[in-house]
Amino acid sequence: MQSRLPILIFALVMAAIPFVPGMPPFWIVLLDNIGLAALVAMGLVLLTGVGGLTSFGQAAFVGFGAYTTAVLSTAYGLSPWLTLPLSLLVSGSLAVLLGLITVRLSGHYLPLGTLAWGLGLFYLFSKLEFLGRNDGISAIPPLSVGTFKMLSPGSIYYAIWVAVILSAVLTMNLLDSRTGRAIRALRRGHVAAEAFGVHTPRAKLLVFIHAAVLAGLSGWLYAHLQRAVNPTPFGAQAGIEYLFIAVVGGAGYVWGGVLGAAIVVVLKEVLQSYLPLILPGSGQVETIVFGIMLVALLQLAPGGVWPWLMSFLPERTGGRKPDTSLKLESRARASGQSGILLQVDKARKQFGGLVAVNNVSFEVQAREIVALIGPNGAGKSTTFNLITGVLSATSGSISVLGNKVDKAPPQEIVKLGISRTFQHVKLVPDMTVLENVAIGAHLRGHSGPIASMLRLDRADEARLLAEAARQIERVGLADQMHQLAGSLSLGQQRIVEIARALCVDPMLLLLDEPAAGLRHMEKQRLATLLRELRDGGMSVLLVEHDMGFVMNLADRIVVLDFGTKIAEGTPATIKTNPEVIKAYLGVAA
Amino acid sequence: MNTTIMLFLVQDGITNGAIYALLGLALVLVFAVTRVILIPQGEFVTYGALTYASLAAGQMPGTAKLALALGIGAFAFDLFVARKALHGRLILRSVLANVVLPAIVLALTIYFAAQKPPVAICIALSLVIVAMIGLYLYRIAFQPLAHTSVLVLLIASVGVHLALQGLGLLFFGAEGQRGPAVLSGAFTAGALRFTGQSITVYAITVAFIVGLWLFFGLTLYGKALRATAVNRLGARLAGIRTTLSGQIAFLLASVIGALSGIMIVPITTLYYDSGFLIGLKGFVAAIIGGLVSYPLTAVAALVVGIVEAFSSFYASNYKEVIVFMLLIPVLLLRSLAAPAVEEEKD
Repeated sequence: MQSRLPILIFALVMAAIPFVPGMPPFWIVLLDNIGLAALVAMGLVLLTGVGGLTSFGQAAFVGFGAYTTAVLSTAYGLSPWLTLPLSLLVSGSLAVLLGLITVRLSGHYLPLGTLAWGLGLFYLFSKLEFLGRNDGISAIPPLSVGTFKMLSPGSIYYAIWVAVILSAVLTMNLLDSRTGRAIRALRRGHVAAEAFGVHTPRAKLLVFIHAAVLAGLSGWLYAHLQRAVNPTPFGAQAGIEYLFIAVVGGAGYVWGGVLGAAIVVVLKEVLQSYLPLILPGSGQVETIVFGIMLVALLQLAPGGVWPWLMSFLPERTGGRKPDTSLKLESRARASGQSGILLQVDKARKQFGGLVAVNNVSFEVQAREIVALIGPNGAGKSTTFNLITGVLSATSGSISVLGNKVDKAPPQEIVKLGISRTFQHVKLVPDMTVLENVAIGAHLRGHSGPIASMLRLDRADEARLLAEAARQIERVGLADQMHQLAGSLSLGQQRIVEIARALCVDPMLLLLDEPAAGLRHMEKQRLATLLRELRDGGMSVLLVEHDMGFVMNLADRIVVLDFGTKIAEGTPATIKTNPEVIKAYLGVAA
Repeated sequence: MNTTIMLFLVQDGITNGAIYALLGLALVLVFAVTRVILIPQGEFVTYGALTYASLAAGQMPGTAKLALALGIGAFAFDLFVARKALHGRLILRSVLANVVLPAIVLALTIYFAAQKPPVAICIALSLVIVAMIGLYLYRIAFQPLAHTSVLVLLIASVGVHLALQGLGLLFFGAEGQRGPAVLSGAFTAGALRFTGQSITVYAITVAFIVGLWLFFGLTLYGKALRATAVNRLGARLAGIRTTLSGQIAFLLASVIGALSGIMIVPITTLYYDSGFLIGLKGFVAAIIGGLVSYPLTAVAALVVGIVEAFSSFYASNYKEVIVFMLLIPVLLLRSLAAPAVEEEKD
């Protein structure tokens, strides 16, 4: 929970600025421009800094917002207040359209793809007859309340900054919620988030729409501030400029967007008005200096100015501990959990010519700890990925409680009550342990993005965080609850992953090398915890290399070698099995 | 439409496409090795073209001075980084590469510019000047940021683009320029007329593609570059100096850019800001090629060139819209075929 006080103070200061005696009107114009840029940059913060989706196309959405209101309020005489929802709707729905195409793009295709349609749309704006081609549309009516017309930059100032502060608050609310955690997990790849039921393409589309709507809002305000639109401010250059506003300010921070807008707008203004005095000469000296200063700024503070400023503030003490008395409803379970939970039947996975898993069959019963062991490259993690739906089997079948789940995606598998940890820890390092663990409870919450923005999700949220806190206490990391996950040791991070998996309220827990990196005492605590879980009715399937740990813990052991099952049985029989000894130690002399 | 027009459009498209192919190759190269999306590639094109045109017209191009200024900057960066362990050889090498070389080139440029030099000397000087600019730019702007994210590198790249474009206006003015043909003369085959210039474009493009292919396949430096592209850390552990890889990549990119510019400036009038759009079309090709594949990029560039030629004939108003929207179906296809691989970022 962030304190609301600084925002309130900021809002009051902004409200008071026009009343400062002797305030040059030109400064108000600058503040208007900062506000407009900040709105777009804020969307980019969410999209790029938090969600990891780089977009060059935001200027096009500003254009959609501006042109929608321009056309409707001039050609059809609609009131600007009526065109506001329509502007947002047009930006939002075109975002859905473009987003469906682009957000699925991986890696570097995405920024380039957005650059491409950003450019294409710019040329479209400048060629379409009803948008006035290169001349654009002029004589747009001003915003008005009753008979009061916002004709001057000073009067629309309030409309702009109310929009900025409101959007900032809504955006921060969104980030600090169930949906927000899903968004923040996007940047670290999709596998971990999907394993806990996050529908990543949908989450990406959501931030894309959010950013587009903010851009559309900025465009709507722009059209009524300038009272005219033309294609120039919606081109690729502008799209790139919005992006560097966000990066200069600090791409991961909502207020970084506002700060970045202030820095860039003021810098450009200063360069334009003062540079010719120092360096008289023709042309674009200010562009040259601006470009150089941009590179210099990035070399000095690659993370952006906002986090750099924040590092001077005293470190905030840890957050409040959630009220663990709040109970989260248990996941609905199939009745009578007994017998075979998981059945792997002749599962096979081929990568080209390589058979990673070769017709492996085994099962996991209720209340049982099964260990999957084998030398490196035996196919253990691939088997895990087959069970959890990250990979789909080439042939064979996998059933949970008698239902086949071969083709089910990870989000469906976790709904059945199967949760997992990863061999290579997949936590979000810049989120706290509590927030990371709460992702595990994603499917047990219900609040959507709109409810989160309006803070209607607090009861739901409190229960999710309470559950997360309970699981963290259960694995013994209560003291680290409010630390950033990235600051923990690797062993502790593995334990955090277990807490996150427990938040699913699973019937079967899949642990991929949970004891790696743990110290002796920690391993013993882990073994005790796993036994407790089993005695509480949970089953555990684990991959592990530490034989001492496995032999003391597992009820049954399945041994894989080169993708093939070579033995199965109790620890005692496995220890003496000649095939197993051969696989681990080579041929006996 | 009749066949003559069609053939003519195809020919026009191939000539443009060949240039886009070269630029696309350079972009792929730089991105793979340094993770920089090289927006200033377009400026290398205009700098090369306009330096060549200025020299041929007997004017002194400002780019030669810029090269010296950047070189001094690069020298200062070298000194600053090595300030704890300065020794003579290092300083000497840095002075030679960063100060003495551009100073000599500047002197030569001043000498030749006064006497309308032959085409070959104009080309050589332009290439060397732009190559040095590319090299020093990497040292000053990108090498200190080599460890940061793709996004930060991209924004830095935008900054460099803005600065270079502004400088371009300062050096060459707002007027467009044309240069003399590299190879004059022409012959006709059937209905088509081939100019010496377009033949040069084809020949140089093919030569470069083959050259790059040989460079990456057969030479140790080429292999070092590929290794850096695949895994930076691994390459460093194997003893490859990744800064050297970055320098080579930028050197190649600036030479390719300048050469492309020199080849097109006899065909089309270029302005100080024409490079951005030309570079972007190379970009489109590079994206279609997936930023990894050289042959695919080359083919895609030809398609872009041909589509551009046809759309400028049929719907010249929507030429750019069509070229950039060409990407959308390609991206759609790529999305559908996208493998579900985990990306580890940052």
